[in-house]
Amino acid sequence: MVSPILELANINKSFGHVQANKNINLTINKGTIHGIIGENGAGKSTLMSIVFGLYQANSGTIKVNGKEINLRSPKDSIINGIGMVHQHFMLVENFTVLENIILGFEGELVFGKNLEKAKKDLKNLCDTYKLNIDLNSTISDLSVGFRQRVEILKSLYRGAEILILDEPTGVLTPQEVDELFKILRSLNEEGKTIVLITHKLIEIMDLTSEVSVMRQGEMVGHTKTKDTNKEKLAEMMVGRSVLLRLDKSELKTGDVVFKVEDLTVKDDLDVTRVKNVNLEIRAGEILGLAGVTGNGQTELLEALSGIRKVESGEIYLDGKKVSDSQNFLDPRELKEKGLAHVPEDRQRMGLVTDFKAYENLIFGYHDQQPFSKSSILNHKDIISHSKKIMEEYDVRPQSPNLITSNFSGGNQQKIILSRELNEKPKVLLVGQPTRGVDIGAIEFIHQRLIEMRDRGAAILLVSVELDEVLSLSDRIVVMFDGKIVGEKENKNVTDRELGLLMAGVV
Amino acid sequence: MATVDKSKVPWWVSNLIVPLVNLTLALFVSGLFIFIAGENPYEAVRLIIYGSFGYIEGFAYTLYYTTNFIFTGLAFAVAFHCRLFNIGGEGQAYIGGLGVFLVAINFSFLPVPIVWLLAVGGAVVFGAAWAFIPAYLQATRGSHVVITTIMFNFIAASLMVFLLVDVIRDTSQMGPHTVALPEEQWFPSFEDLAALFGIKIRYSPLNISFLLAIAASFFVWFLVWKTRWGYEMRAVGHNTQAAIYAGISPYKNIIIAMCISGGLAGLLGVNEILGVHHKIVAGFPAGYGFTGIAVALMGRNHPIGIFPAAFLFGILYQGGSEVTFDMPNITRYMFVAVQGVIILFSGALENLFRPQIENFFVNRLNLKAKA
Repeated sequence: MVSPILELANINKSFGHVQANKNINLTINKGTIHGIIGENGAGKSTLMSIVFGLYQANSGTIKVNGKEINLRSPKDSIINGIGMVHQHFMLVENFTVLENIILGFEGELVFGKNLEKAKKDLKNLCDTYKLNIDLNSTISDLSVGFRQRVEILKSLYRGAEILILDEPTGVLTPQEVDELFKILRSLNEEGKTIVLITHKLIEIMDLTSEVSVMRQGEMVGHTKTKDTNKEKLAEMMVGRSVLLRLDKSELKTGDVVFKVEDLTVKDDLDVTRVKNVNLEIRAGEILGLAGVTGNGQTELLEALSGIRKVESGEIYLDGKKVSDSQNFLDPRELKEKGLAHVPEDRQRMGLVTDFKAYENLIFGYHDQQPFSKSSILNHKDIISHSKKIMEEYDVRPQSPNLITSNFSGGNQQKIILSRELNEKPKVLLVGQPTRGVDIGAIEFIHQRLIEMRDRGAAILLVSVELDEVLSLSDRIVVMFDGKIVGEKENKNVTDRELGLLMAGVV
Repeated sequence: MATVDKSKVPWWVSNLIVPLVNLTLALFVSGLFIFIAGENPYEAVRLIIYGSFGYIEGFAYTLYYTTNFIFTGLAFAVAFHCRLFNIGGEGQAYIGGLGVFLVAINFSFLPVPIVWLLAVGGAVVFGAAWAFIPAYLQATRGSHVVITTIMFNFIAASLMVFLLVDVIRDTSQMGPHTVALPEEQWFPSFEDLAALFGIKIRYSPLNISFLLAIAASFFVWFLVWKTRWGYEMRAVGHNTQAAIYAGISPYKNIIIAMCISGGLAGLLGVNEILGVHHKIVAGFPAGYGFTGIAVALMGRNHPIGIFPAAFLFGILYQGGSEVTFDMPNITRYMFVAVQGVIILFSGALENLFRPQIENFFVNRLNLKAKA
């Protein structure tokens, strides 16, 4: 007889005007490994953060073992037997394993009896679940895989019956993943309930007994894992919603304007994120780059726009080499050569949110005539330019003197887009153009991108929204784990095929 | 607590009402101190006002202090727009003074107005050079300017003592100071100017450096809001990532902002050397560099705010010394405490009542709009 251990009913949660969770119903049965799968931004992590008490739902009820509970903080969740292992570990680096685990539960001022007892309890836990951790080692000496085990042990020590793991394999090597799965299985055999959040189909098929699929904040399906397969899940994940096919004129491509050869890029932590990537974009063509967030798209865009150093490989613009590992043009020089960039994260990179709108509308072009002349800004021209451009791109409200953070996400994005498109670039790099943007603005932004293409610009569109990639691109490449894993003409390709490529299945 | 929609808060609420409330509170707490010390707070306030406004020389002293605070306040503000916490105004002013003196004494064969211009240039260059080293270390090595500029204050002080004792000391005197500059190079003082109009007043240190301070305020306003340099500095300060994206070099702007900041601090040397002492005296920056930080924070890093903030501190300095003359229980240090309380309320506790005050006015305006 299966009995539900955790029941969620009609959970709603919004951040500003973005609804992250819509009427979520979910039942998790005792003693199961329950997978929750969905694309990035589908609302999985938000939902689990609500269960763990980090966020409060706007409405809805949560029941543990049939009893309705009120979760106001992680402490409430811990009391109710819910533990969570976060994507980014919550450990004090210079503390030992033991010190980390008892942190907040020390129970006495001068360590003595309680500490000894904790040691004994933890040893028993380690033995029961084969965790194999030395309690006296310092966290900073441990590998990522072991740190994760410490997090698991921490939850168990605090009496977790339900253990939530948020994308636990994202940071692990394949060997470490195997070890983790072994541990999770043995936990499950001892009667613990496990909730696994992931976007990797393979993990769901490997480990779980039940699976729930989320898409765009909604729960779109529940099933037993044995009754489904990867293809069916991928289909549910990306959705079969009717694509918003845009009116697109016939493709008229010109010469190759932008070419990337064998490009390798490392991130700030010296991890190789882009691996031997080759790309070619012709004038008048939109190349869509699909992929789940974190597979190297960010680093690729940064390298192409001159923000990040190229490790090896070459980048050509208009047939001329602009960057390799020795020499590379900075963003300003690339702009002068006709490359514009709409960055993925508008608030972190595309805008100075404390600036007034007109200051952001010339950002990166502020040293050009007529905006500035011998280092003095020409406010009259800047303001009249801003008014013109805000009207043309329908930025609301049309007040150049308003501080940028007071504009909505969609209008902030229009500010960036208008600034970059207004220069009529030869090559346009666009990252997540419609993330967090309302529907009206999405359509507008899409039309503008098509216009740019028809005018003969070579466009690289990086997006995690499959619908967007499918409706805009002429050609699609899929990036997984830093590599280009597939290239398709956008004619007969289906979202399912792409979904499988994105999940690294084929 | 409900967050306030910032865009709905009228400018005069956040820029006038909030600072005034904070200032009033600070003065109230200061009054308590004076009361506890066994003196009458009302009497103390009366003395402050009399000391700083009541007679012409007192008022001149107030403006003299204001001049120094404008220089150091502007210096801090410029660096702060690039989000650099330049604590080194004190040292930069000290070295700036060295620049003034060396230029004035070595170019004394030139016509006086040219010497003045060169001396101002010397102040800026020496102050900027002293700020350049911490700036360079911050830009290339990430050594935090707060730490390095503080250390550079000590280095400047030691260096100046060494120079004043062993290298440029006036050997005919015992004290650690240089020879005086030729009298024709001295800045016209307030009493000189008054004498031109036939008004006779007694000595005060106020001199034409006050006009230089006003010019510097205009310069900073123009630099920060009207030039590409200021624009780029602010971009780096507010969002370094975005600046890099736009092709703006954080490295270059950190150095430029710090050098301009150091140059402005150096101008304090012009007031002190050309205007007041006419020679380098050991320890002449006397803490103005540090008080400048409070002035800038209180003036919200804008020249229009820095001027009244500098004036307020000028009143406190001048009025405070008046009080210590007349009230035996109030020492000089009492006024350091009063300054501390003002800094506390208008700097550290600046946001203590801001949300409530802003909420109050936003709600009132909403009600009005409905009615």
